[in-house]
Amino acid sequence: MDCVVTGGNVKVLAKAIHSLSRIGDELYVEPQEDGLALRSVNSSRSAYACFLFAPLFFSRYTIPSGHAFRCKMAIKSVQAVFRSLASLEKTVEKCHIELDKQKDRLTFTLHCKHGLLKTHNLSFQDSESLQAVFDKDSCANVFRAQPRLLVDTVVHFPPSLEEVTVAVSDERMWVRNHVDEDTEQSKAMLTELCLASDEFDHFAVQAHNSVTFCLKELRGLLVFAESTGLPISMYFDEPGSPVVLSVTDSVLEGNFVLATLSDDPNHRKNNTRRAHSPPPPPPDDFMSDDIDSYLIAMDTSIAPGPSATGPPTPPLAESTYSEQPAAANHRTRIHSEEEEEEETADSDRPPNKKFCSLFFGSVLPPSSQMSTQPVTSQEVLASDSEDDT
Amino acid sequence: MPLSTQSQADDEQYVLVASLDHARNLSNILKAIAFKDHAIFSATPNGLKVTVEDSKCLQANAFIQAEIFQEFTIKEDLVGFQVNLTVLLDCLNIFGGSTAPGVSTALRMCYKGYGYPLTLFLEEGGVVTVCKINTQEPEEPVDFEFCSTNVTNKVILQSESLKEPFSELDMTSEVLQITMSPSQPYFRLSTFGNSGNAHYDYPKDSDMMELFRCTKTQTNRYKMSLLKPSTKALALSCKVSVRTDSRGFLSLQYLVRNDDGQICFVEYYCCPDEEVE
Repeated sequence: MDCVVTGGNVKVLAKAIHSLSRIGDELYVEPQEDGLALRSVNSSRSAYACFLFAPLFFSRYTIPSGHAFRCKMAIKSVQAVFRSLASLEKTVEKCHIELDKQKDRLTFTLHCKHGLLKTHNLSFQDSESLQAVFDKDSCANVFRAQPRLLVDTVVHFPPSLEEVTVAVSDERMWVRNHVDEDTEQSKAMLTELCLASDEFDHFAVQAHNSVTFCLKELRGLLVFAESTGLPISMYFDEPGSPVVLSVTDSVLEGNFVLATLSDDPNHRKNNTRRAHSPPPPPPDDFMSDDIDSYLIAMDTSIAPGPSATGPPTPPLAESTYSEQPAAANHRTRIHSEEEEEEETADSDRPPNKKFCSLFFGSVLPPSSQMSTQPVTSQEVLASDSEDDT
Repeated sequence: MPLSTQSQADDEQYVLVASLDHARNLSNILKAIAFKDHAIFSATPNGLKVTVEDSKCLQANAFIQAEIFQEFTIKEDLVGFQVNLTVLLDCLNIFGGSTAPGVSTALRMCYKGYGYPLTLFLEEGGVVTVCKINTQEPEEPVDFEFCSTNVTNKVILQSESLKEPFSELDMTSEVLQITMSPSQPYFRLSTFGNSGNAHYDYPKDSDMMELFRCTKTQTNRYKMSLLKPSTKALALSCKVSVRTDSRGFLSLQYLVRNDDGQICFVEYYCCPDEEVE
């Protein structure tokens, strides 16, 4: 692997790494034929982010032919390479990323002003490919906005706030802080902002749903989007299925997949039987919802090689796909119900948020595209379900 | 002027009297060497030298020439004492150390001699504070025997170019390795941390390089923990001279320009960590 980034693109790359650092502790690096993929996932697997930099983003982009190389490394150490973010644009002229096979090091060389050469030889671990299974194109609700709109919205929430709830109608989007059900009503403060559809570049609502997700990762993406000036697209369906935030331009694509708090158990039971969403609850009901879980799952197993690049998703595969999360969902739900019983028995326990799963497929020989499609292969999902049976 | 109301009789008792219109000119430069509590002051008719040491391996000196002071009266050839530097800095900033224009603390520093406290008269906006800091038996500073005739390699850089690398040094690395060589890589800073190693290379023809005089390839390691405090001096300075002698001892000399455009020097000496093959 040998790539060269020049000029303003160095800052874009650095910002991407910084926003990935809001997600997890490790950076997954995978040079693919269609570009350099940088990914990260958080420890509870409830958030995943991926940036794909197309070959055109680089002034030179060559990847190892033959066997695929992929690795993971501490994101902190990569961040350290681009530590002086503010001055990066002024000082760095060229960034060279190269794999030193002999020494097992990934070398970042920054050619700076005044001839200063900064070389960072970073150690890495071999890793499996990291890919989340999500399908933003099938989402019922799609929005696109300039980063400024979301930055100005998010700025009203305190840094300590963990989750926000986004509710939508045909004409409006409401963003409010999520108040934990365990919080005493008298102490809770609710901040709600209402955005009209005309503030968005694109506003398409099919399901009047509201979803709750973590703010930290959104903030991470906003930093990136703001500095690059790229509009943010948002895709979501229903509580419990992930919200996808993405930025795209001609040479890069970034996708942040965040788990959302899932709705009450009955609602979810419906989901497990139906491939498509049940009648959306009115947004106002949301506060009283029995929020007990995030939807996350991650499969880091090694999929049978050739099958992973399987056929493009036909409708059939899609239905398999939607059933699959449901199964896992069900599994985790049972678990959380048990917990609930315990909790009622011992109500003094500190409130604990229950997590279930988002779907990640991790495929060793990855299909060459970013997983904007549900990493298609049914085989992967099948291998996933083997754990269940 | 409250400070001038001091009677002449009082002044006569002092072996050392030094006055500054802007106490910040002193406190700033003292901050550049403030990594340990104990500071050895030695005053001569040429000015004031303040020395701070760590583990007998690192020594920092700040030189404030007599001309920097509005008044510098010394009755002996050498006046030496030791005070707690942290306390002294707190006193110098007793009015808050405001950097607002037009607001400035004036200082008159007096010392009666062995056994007496160091007395500071600080005045800002008509308010006078008198601080007395107990002095301690002065220790003998370590002589690093760093002699300019033994200097093997020397470079002078504009501080600007070193500030960024020093601010982003990998602190998980135990040592900072400095390579100076008449050939490639000329001047190199290296760290060896948990996540890998990093090198910062300066070509000898860089426009940041004011002087490049290296005679022999030398690679030495210095404890990061020892060198880290020098970052403060670097931040204040406009030029830095990096020298190593034949034993691998390191001398860092910082040229510091104060708010009034006068020049002071801060100097760090550091022992090498170990032999590198």
